[in-house]
This record gives sequence, C-alpha cells and structure tokens, in this order.
Amino acid sequence: MHPAPTTTTTAPARPTGPAGAAPEPSGPAAAPVPRGRGVDWRRWTPLGFLLPFGALFLITFVAPICYAVHQSLFRLHRSGLGLTPPATVFTGFSNYTDALADDAFTSSVVRVVLIGAVQVPLMLGLALVLALLLDARRTPGKRFFRLAFFLPYAIPGVIGGLMWSFLYQPDVSPIADALAGVGLHVDFTSDGLLPWSVGNILTWGWTGYNMIVIHSALKAIPGELTEAAALDGCTGWRLAWHVKIPLVRPALLMTTVFSIIGTAQLYNEPVVMKAVAPNLSSNWTPIMAAQNEVAANNYHAAATRSVLLALVIFVLSFGFMRFVNKRGAAL
Amino acid sequence: MRTTRPGGPVRAANPAGRIGVLAVLVLAAAYSLLPVWWLVVSATKGSSDLFSSNGFWFAGRIEIVHNISTLLGVQDGIYGRWLLNSLLYAVGGAAAATLLSAMAGYVLAKYTFRGREAVFNTVLGAILIPAPLFALPLYLMFSATHLVNTFWAVFIPSIVSPFGVYLSRIYAAAAVPDELLEAGRIDGAGEFRIFRSIALRVLQPSLVTIFLFQFVTIWTNYLLPSLMLASDRLQPVTVGLVAWKEQRGQTVPYNLIITGALLSVVPIVVMFLLLQRYWKAGLTSGSVK
Repeated sequence: MHPAPTTTTTAPARPTGPAGAAPEPSGPAAAPVPRGRGVDWRRWTPLGFLLPFGALFLITFVAPICYAVHQSLFRLHRSGLGLTPPATVFTGFSNYTDALADDAFTSSVVRVVLIGAVQVPLMLGLALVLALLLDARRTPGKRFFRLAFFLPYAIPGVIGGLMWSFLYQPDVSPIADALAGVGLHVDFTSDGLLPWSVGNILTWGWTGYNMIVIHSALKAIPGELTEAAALDGCTGWRLAWHVKIPLVRPALLMTTVFSIIGTAQLYNEPVVMKAVAPNLSSNWTPIMAAQNEVAANNYHAAATRSVLLALVIFVLSFGFMRFVNKRGAAL
Repeated sequence: MRTTRPGGPVRAANPAGRIGVLAVLVLAAAYSLLPVWWLVVSATKGSSDLFSSNGFWFAGRIEIVHNISTLLGVQDGIYGRWLLNSLLYAVGGAAAATLLSAMAGYVLAKYTFRGREAVFNTVLGAILIPAPLFALPLYLMFSATHLVNTFWAVFIPSIVSPFGVYLSRIYAAAAVPDELLEAGRIDGAGEFRIFRSIALRVLQPSLVTIFLFQFVTIWTNYLLPSLMLASDRLQPVTVGLVAWKEQRGQTVPYNLIITGALLSVVPIVVMFLLLQRYWKAGLTSGSVK
C-alpha cells in the first residue's frame, strides 16, 4: 500500500473533483486584491453583483430546506367528522418517529444503501482499471475508447433507463433472447434481480464519467515520477498499485463521495423500470417513498422523509470522508 | 496492432498482456456502446419488426424517416412541443444560470468584503447536497404559492447553479488580472461596465463550461419537471417520453417511443462531442487553475 518514498514528497496530487465540488475551496481562494481606496459606493458593488444569484439561491436552496424542516414538525389535524377544515398543529418529532417506524420507508433506505455498497465499489473499480489501462503508454486507440466509455454519461438518466427497460423487458429482451439461446433463462425484472438490474443501469451510466475524472488525475502525475519508478523496475500493475493509485487518491475519494450521494438519490432509473417491472414497489427508493406521500397529499410526511434522507446522505458521505481521512493520516 | 519482435530495440512488452489489455478495453467499450447501438438500430424499425427481429441488427426495411414523421404527428405534434420546451428550459436556463454564476463568482474572486468566505462556503455546501432533495420541498413551497404547473416552476430552479459559481470563482481568481480591472477604473468605467467588457471576455472559456454543464443538467432533469408540471404542454421531452412508456405502448407504439428517445439524445451528444475541451475542463475543475 505504501507509495515509494520518493513519490510521496513530490506528489502534486491535484484534487480533481467531479462537478468541481472539492470539500474545501481548493482554488486560489485568497488571491483577490482589496482595492480599498475608499470610494464609498464601491463597497456596495459586491452586493449588487451577488444579489441576483443570492436571492434565487435563497429561494431555491435555503428556503426549501427551512420549509421542509418546518413542515416536518407539523401535522394536519382533522377534527371530528371533517366538517371543519383541518388545522395545522405542531407535533414536534412525531412525524420523524412515524417515518422511522414506517417499514416501507426504512426498508427503501436499507435497499438503496445495499445497492450502493455493491454498485459503487464495482463501478469505481472498473473506472479505475479502465483509467489505468488508458493511461498506459502502449494502449492503442485511446481516443476512441475514452469517448466510447464516456458516451453513456451524455445520455439522460431517464433515457438510459428507458433503453435498458426495453433491453430488460421479459418478453422482448434481446439479451434474454441471447441468453436463452445458450440455455440460460433470466428474468431481469424478477424481485431477486431488480437491484442488480438497476445497479447495472447506474454502472453503465456513470463508469465513464468516473473514469474520465480518474484518468485526468493520472495524467497530472509528472512523467519523471513514473519513469523513475520504471527505471527501478517497477512497471505494469506494480507501478499502478504502488505509485499511480496512491497519487490519485483525492480523485478516488471525490468520485466515491459523489457516487454515494448519487446512489442515495436513486429515482429516475427505478421509476422508468416500473413500466416493465410492475412488481417494483412505488416506494422502492427513499425519494420514491417521499414522492408517494406527496401524491397522497401527505405533505408533512413527505417533508419529513426528505429531511431524513438528507441526513442519511450527509452522514454517509461525510462519514466516509472522515473515515478515509483518519486512515489516510495513519498511512 | 503491431506485433512485438523479441530482441527489438525497445524492451518488448508482453504480447499476451497487450492482447489482454485490448480485450478488456473492447469488452468495456461494447458494454458502453451496445445499448446505444440498440437504440439507433431500433429506431429504424417498424413496429412489427421491432421485437421480431434481432435487437442488435437492422431489420429488412429502414423505417426511420417514417418513424420520425409519424412521431412528430402523434397527438397534435406534442413531441415537437416537448423538444421545444426542453430547448427553452435548457438554453434559456443555462444562459441565465451562466450569467448569474459569472457575476457571483467574479465578485467572490475579485472583491473583498465581509462574509465573503461564508457566502462561498454556503455555495460549496449546496453543491454537496443532491438537487433531488430540494425538488420535493420546492414542490411543496411552490404549490403553497401557486407556482406549480407553470413555466417558472421549472425555469427558476434551473437558473441557480452553485457549481457555476464555484467554477467561475476559481477561474476568475486565476484568469482576471487585477491590473486590467484597475486600468478600467482609471479610464473611468463603472464596475458593471468593467465586468461586462473586460471580465466576461476573459472568463469566456469558463462560461462555455458552465453553460454546457447547466444545459446538460436541465436537459436531463426528470424529477423536478415531473413533480412541477401536470400539463403535458409544458413538459420537457424526458417527462413526456417516460409518460408514454408508462402506458406500455398503448397510446404510442414502442417504435415511436424509441425513435423519440433517440431524437432527444442527439442534441446533447452532439453538444458533448463539439465541446469536448470544455466538459473535460468542467469534470476536472479542481485543476482549472
């Protein structure tokens, strides 16, 4: 696991985050220069520039969070025969205890965590292998392969889901046909295979994206470093394992965090899959479960589930980062 | 593929190893491309050929033109309307988002003021929270204010891009020299004029990246518009197609849905191919310096 001693000190390991979200501002944040020659109105210029974004940010990001938290603490109370309009009453955390006691919701959370626990390592492992292969000097057709792997990312999630749902559809699936030809009878929409089928759509859609992120981190490794290692007789997989992989750790960390976040918000693929898999329950994932409550006009319950899901995502992604950072310090 | 001669000048790579590498790459490429290939091939088939012929090869007749024209005529041309809606949401939303992000990012990079880091950190935090989590509360909020089922219900959230702010801040900090701004001030230009005529020009490459990513985000969005829009006249193409698929080919035959899916993907794939340079910059924005 330990990188060669020469590599650790000079490692430029640039943080490469997908969607640019390094956990801390890694850019040259302290660069701007104060122009403090006191023309007074100039002090208000920043506000003017920030206002359009800031106002909309408040409306579309901050307010929904506050609104959801607020809504989750209340409940509609219908009195008597329902002749009077229902009143909104404060109920503290009872919506939360209800949501946590709701087996359908908790099992949707567990289901998605399990899918992620299998799918994310598989996908990132594949992305890493492909990135390393593309990074190797003698690999032919790099440009073609890179584009081929990336193509699925350019296809919207629901359209990818739509395509795969045809490919899975029991009576017409060309894949099932081909498998039947060799004596394997597979139903991709059966209860047991559904998590795998959905996981496959995710893997198909996102491997290339992660591969590109890891690949560009690999390309940022200075050539002298790998050449020096190669001169010492460290080539091929040993070079990858001892030199390259430790150097792209930040990129792997970021892709993992974003994959965790991405999996937790699983919605599009299973919703589209429902058209070919009627057995896929309408609260299969937490967001689907929350949306169900919206459809049933239980807005308070829906808000509660959104807040709980946000908390789960927060705990998982930040927990993972802390876990890695702690182990990283020990390495 | 070149064969490696033993004893050549360069240390010969293990040929078996090279074939193995190529095999892995080819398999992975097949995995990535086959579903897309299936989509292209299927869009050329008539509805009877669609499931009776081999899914990965063309049937006798190529019906794509017929499929497209039928598709555009279905339900008073609703599909064309959906495409236009998507285009309107995506182009308009991405353009507005780019401008707002550029302004905010530029200010966060080039001015010092109290609370600047707090603002920036809040924006960064927002990148880490997945957008779908906001969709439900936003729906609840918008339905309380009767914005639901209007153009604005989808458009307003689309023009806010924390990632865009992050990207333009990093880029502005590195690419916009203070001397240039100072020169503008000495010439007596106002702050907004300086931003418009100097900063925006320097920031152009990052603006393309922000536009591209926001365009893709809006074009591929499903949860938000499907929550917000009940009227099919307002829906983007993603929502419309899924609704068709849910009807299991009863209102619109499968081959038309598939053709519609293919058409809906074309603009975005073309855009990615044309702007390769920019999406790479966006994906690896941590290293945009």
